[in-house]
Amino acid sequence: MLTKLLSGDMPRSKVLAVVLIGILFCLAFAPFLFPGVRSVDTAARICVFIVLVASYDLLLGFGGIVSFAHTMFFGLGAYGVALASTHMGRGFDALIVGALAGAGLAALLALAIGLFSLRVRAIFFAMITLAVASAVAVLVSQLSGLTGGEDGLSFKIPRALGPAFKFADGEILGVKANGKLLKYYLVFGSCLVLFLLMLRIVHSPFGRVLLAIRENDFRAEAIGYRVVHYRVAATCLSAAIAALAGALYAIWLRYVGPDTTLSMEIMIDILLMVVIGGMGTMYGAVIGATLFVLAQNYLQGLMDVAGGAVSALPILPELLNADRWLLWLGVLFILSVYFFPTGIVGRLRQTKST
Amino acid sequence: MSAAPDHTPTMARMSFGERLAPHAPVLLVVGLMLLGFIAIPATSSWLTLTVSGLAMGMMIFIMASGLTLVFGLMDVINFGHGAFVSVGAFVGVSFLLMLEHMTGASSLMLNLTALMVAIIGAMAATGLMGWAFEKVIVKPVYGHHLKQILVTMGGLIVVEQLIIVLWGPEEIYITRPEALKGAITFAGAALEKYRLVAVAVGIVVFAGMRFVLRRTKIGLIVRAGVENGEMVEALGYRLRLVFVGVFIAGSALAGLGGVLWGLYQEVITAHMGNQTMILVFIVVIIGGLGSVEGCFIGALLVGLMQNYVAFLEPKVALISNIGLMVAILMWRPMGMIPVVKAK
Repeated sequence: MLTKLLSGDMPRSKVLAVVLIGILFCLAFAPFLFPGVRSVDTAARICVFIVLVASYDLLLGFGGIVSFAHTMFFGLGAYGVALASTHMGRGFDALIVGALAGAGLAALLALAIGLFSLRVRAIFFAMITLAVASAVAVLVSQLSGLTGGEDGLSFKIPRALGPAFKFADGEILGVKANGKLLKYYLVFGSCLVLFLLMLRIVHSPFGRVLLAIRENDFRAEAIGYRVVHYRVAATCLSAAIAALAGALYAIWLRYVGPDTTLSMEIMIDILLMVVIGGMGTMYGAVIGATLFVLAQNYLQGLMDVAGGAVSALPILPELLNADRWLLWLGVLFILSVYFFPTGIVGRLRQTKST
Repeated sequence: MSAAPDHTPTMARMSFGERLAPHAPVLLVVGLMLLGFIAIPATSSWLTLTVSGLAMGMMIFIMASGLTLVFGLMDVINFGHGAFVSVGAFVGVSFLLMLEHMTGASSLMLNLTALMVAIIGAMAATGLMGWAFEKVIVKPVYGHHLKQILVTMGGLIVVEQLIIVLWGPEEIYITRPEALKGAITFAGAALEKYRLVAVAVGIVVFAGMRFVLRRTKIGLIVRAGVENGEMVEALGYRLRLVFVGVFIAGSALAGLGGVLWGLYQEVITAHMGNQTMILVFIVVIIGGLGSVEGCFIGALLVGLMQNYVAFLEPKVALISNIGLMVAILMWRPMGMIPVVKAK
């Protein structure tokens, strides 16, 4: 049963298994284990980013394609939900229509970009996605009539997902049984399903072909697989899933804006999460996203303390300033590409086998 | 005995289209200018826009040329190229701020000297940085595109953050040297002096680059290396050294571009390099990766397109360059002047 659910990809390392089960447990019972607005918020963010990063891993780790437009697809889903909810009125139908429209549009756009750039060289893809994504980000902030511009859009979600809605009297294990709890489990459940779906995809024959292409595209073509078709298909799939993750994120925040969905910073975050967690492992996305989001929320305070401790020295406090944490992540990123190309997960699995 | 078959050689003249094809990219620039002339009502505003388009194109070319050569020679794609642009701008602007008594004076000589000092300082800094970047970041990942993209992107993040550490997170405003402020009027059109200087610098860089690549031995080795690196190495040239040299030169040019761009925008931020990279990538792709001429023409096309469209329909400006790229890739999938690799 479990093997089937995980599509035969067991963690293959005791430490990894314990960590994964721990993360799953914490996320599954987050509202009860860590009551408080901020920690539940963090948990939901982790859920969404696990799916987003895993969908990026599908492209980068399995397809061997670097894309810089992943936040654009993420944003398409988020804006889809926001626009549908604004124009169709609050309701679950608006959420579903918005999410599906966003995912469909993302897949179409990915198809167009993919057909254009991947037929020539895979390297074009990275550059073209960078250009297209930044153009879209500018466009979104300029079309303020439709998208709310820099301010973004706040919208209403169905009443059943709001804090005013009570689905049971009193409390469950000390937590108010309101719509917010339902909303968390909607996000959590959808993310879990999407993640398992992606595990299924990468362990299907299709995923095997992708791996073959990543290892040696020339040879894969010689065996008879149309490399371009597979790569474009992987791009579309990952774009659609990213859009769905974006839709979930928008539902959770009840808000979309360029900063939360489209910015280059989020793209860099995703890159860091994939590489540090482990490319081409899927579980790497879980670990990378969890670590990164936790660090984003809690590590900065720690750096402030460290910066305060060395404030007497010349340039060190500047380097340890909490706003400079990207600097250290960048260094970590470069080191991990050199020394642990398979990231934390690859490392854990390796120590087990030797 | 049968008669020999008739040999009637036909001296077919090459059709007009066939003779035109090799020059098509250059004609495209002229065509775009003509199109702009028709679309823009007033001649004077057309002239102003053309000059600013050319100036922008030249600056983009200066930034992009290093990138395209590095790719052509060693198949290395440097996503951190934008970092050099930012560093160049910051170093150059720091020099200009230090030499305020010279830039503030109204003498053209003093102004240009200060500008030269700033440019040389910036180029030296970015050249040195390029050397370090190549050694530390790029060298371990030769021949591995995926890792190159990731690692150079990481380098970009680190350098951007270091700039913020050294110069602070606020954007720095900079005014142009006194003699380069304002505009001259020519045929009823106001032409900003600074843009004319940028065009001149761009032409000098392009001419110098062409001269080095076409007329000197080192240029010969570089061109041969782009076409068939293994063969050049077999002939006894240490291509790696040449490559490091090209990388340093390319980085220094990016620094020069950064100074020019910073003075053009009159404000610099740590992220400016990454923002200009978007245009640089479009230029490099439509020009044909590895081709300097293609890069030059592509840069002019992008600069002109951006300015014309921004005048006619401001909201479409950024999309127009994407549209240009799509159109050119449909026409020539490898870019306008594709580099032929002998492999």
